[in-house]
Amino acid sequence: MDLLRFITCGSVDDGKSTLIGRLLYDSDSVSLDVLATLEKKRNATNGDAVDLALLTDGLKAEREQGITIDVAHKYFTTPRRKFIITDAPGHVQYTRNMVTGASNADLAIVLVDARQGVIEQTRRHTLLASLLGIRHFVLAVNKLDLVGYDEQIFNKIVADYQAIADYLKINNVVAIPMSALNGDNVVRPSKHLAWYSGPSLLAHLESVPAAADANPHEPRFQVQYVIRPQTEALPDYRGYAGRIQSGVYRVGDRVRILPSGLETVLKAIEVGQKEVTLAEAPQAVVLHLRDDIDVSRGDSIVPVSGHPSVVRELEATLCWMDERPLRAGRKLLVQHHSAVVKASVTAILQKTNIETYESMGTDEAKLNDIVRVRLKTAIPLVADEYRQNRQTGAFILVDDQTGATLAAGLVTATDPEYFTQEVPVEPAFSI
Amino acid sequence: MPTPIHLDYLDRLEAEAIHILREVAGQFERPALLFSGGKDSIALTRLAEKAFRPGKFPFPLVHVDTGHNFEEVIAFRDKLAAQLGEKLIVRKVEDTIRERGLREPGGKYPSRNPLQTYTLLDVIEEFEFDACIGGARRDEEKARAKERIFSVRDEFGQWDPRRQRPELWNIYNGRIQKGENVRVFPISNWTELDVWNYIQRENIELPEIYFSHERECVVLPSGQLLGLSEHLHLDETDEIVSRRVRFRTVGDSTCTAAVESDATTIDDIIQDILVAKVSERGATRLDDNLSETGMEDRKRNGYF
Repeated sequence: MDLLRFITCGSVDDGKSTLIGRLLYDSDSVSLDVLATLEKKRNATNGDAVDLALLTDGLKAEREQGITIDVAHKYFTTPRRKFIITDAPGHVQYTRNMVTGASNADLAIVLVDARQGVIEQTRRHTLLASLLGIRHFVLAVNKLDLVGYDEQIFNKIVADYQAIADYLKINNVVAIPMSALNGDNVVRPSKHLAWYSGPSLLAHLESVPAAADANPHEPRFQVQYVIRPQTEALPDYRGYAGRIQSGVYRVGDRVRILPSGLETVLKAIEVGQKEVTLAEAPQAVVLHLRDDIDVSRGDSIVPVSGHPSVVRELEATLCWMDERPLRAGRKLLVQHHSAVVKASVTAILQKTNIETYESMGTDEAKLNDIVRVRLKTAIPLVADEYRQNRQTGAFILVDDQTGATLAAGLVTATDPEYFTQEVPVEPAFSI
Repeated sequence: MPTPIHLDYLDRLEAEAIHILREVAGQFERPALLFSGGKDSIALTRLAEKAFRPGKFPFPLVHVDTGHNFEEVIAFRDKLAAQLGEKLIVRKVEDTIRERGLREPGGKYPSRNPLQTYTLLDVIEEFEFDACIGGARRDEEKARAKERIFSVRDEFGQWDPRRQRPELWNIYNGRIQKGENVRVFPISNWTELDVWNYIQRENIELPEIYFSHERECVVLPSGQLLGLSEHLHLDETDEIVSRRVRFRTVGDSTCTAAVESDATTIDDIIQDILVAKVSERGATRLDDNLSETGMEDRKRNGYF
């Protein structure tokens, strides 16, 4: 059985919480005591149906205000798969939470209300999910019961959405008509949707390729911790513990330590204290090197050919997550997985309007802004472009005083030749 | 290129947990692993072995002993720490009650659970722990579902759900200011069933009380069964029965209910869970049922 992580994008008004509630409920993933709590609520409000949304809104403030503030995680298992649902809020002021949720997802469900069709937030969610490197999209056209299960309306929405997908070069969109409230086509097919011959949402989630195929082939490994028992029995044991970030490592591989550039050979690989001949992402392993060279936490061990860039200047797309705006010249920390380096934002190049996709010049980044910046680091960073590697192309910015996480960062260019020239870009969609 | 190894979902969850444990080792000066003797923390010790052997754990095991724990669990705790050859620190809630002049909880089923928080904060201060690893899972409860894997607490141990750091990709930010500390939950993404499947796959030994046994129990008004113990203040109206039971979670004997079960093996337990219709905390934790936001309120106050 494998694992699929997906994010649901949409707002409460689109019935997102109800959709998740429906998935859990119809796949028998809700337990009796939780149902009893829901029943109590139903009786209190004299409602007709159990409010499935109550399954997902966890915090007191959320239930009071009827909104989702924070990213929540839900789990369910079918005979075919284990699923991790990341439920992120849909409102524009929670863009950072959506970015957070999307960073770990393999698939995005973009929820649209059939009465409203594609709106600004649909474009916003799709852009963010695409920016964060999600490859599989489901366009969930919900509330079809409220438009008489009309096929024409569904087709129009699908066509509108395809224009967005085409613009963002997303080539893996599956559109599914449904009514989460009534349970049409979420887990079970519906007689109201006889004109639709595709899979139900769950059937699609069970069959879409999972994490494995998103694993890029370039081997990447970063040292998290050096194991040196220095005991009488093991005086010379020195293992480099870390997670394979992408690709496959084999005993005997010629490898290079970065940023130092020293070369050696993989002498042994351990997984859970057992020696193996090869290991792949995302396994947690211990690597042993043939030569006694200096390697420490944050260093990368990569193949001698096709290795990542080692740079002190790069361009990145940021989602700014702090209340205090970012301005050029700010000093902060780049946390690139297990490597932390001092850095400075040398320029803020442009900001993307996440609803029209228009780029414009700016000299600051406010909370929830998506901006392109240039960064300079105190010591070299070992990185790939994010579109080539979702692991080694990702970093966060951290405030060196408070420790707060300030931004999500995606490496967009490591070669000055491909750095941004300041050319204004026309809006792709008008509001 | 086809992948040469088939990794199933447990392999992926395991790799994620090991990665998190190693980040703790790499980022903190004085981490600790909070060990309760329950299955989740026992699974954590196995993950720690996979993360750090043949080296020692880069943290001690810390147990906050309420004094109301099951005897079998305490014995198991000591045996496991000895087998692992790792340092075990035990701090007792009754000492905290005495030193701080706290009031012993009253009632028929006195729970020292709320008082654990004091002992926990004291032990954090005593050893200046900057990170405490725990076995909490997001599927346990709604408030837990929103907690980060690296959860920053202020100097009073408080959790503020509105001020949590965004947690992006698998990059864990453990940078803190003096007085703050981080609670780390490596098995956040595991469900109860995942933990049992892992225990089975890894052949992990557990305290006997997880398996079916005959026990004298009090029948609570809710119909739940509470194992008889000297810490309960019962009267003649209480109904005492002898049943074949097991425990799904291991907490205080005064607030952890038993479930009727004939499951004597891990296989049986997994079957039990697959057909179980009641969630883990709902079935067994009296403290969460007090109010719908029980866990959220306790977490805000520094509880795990």
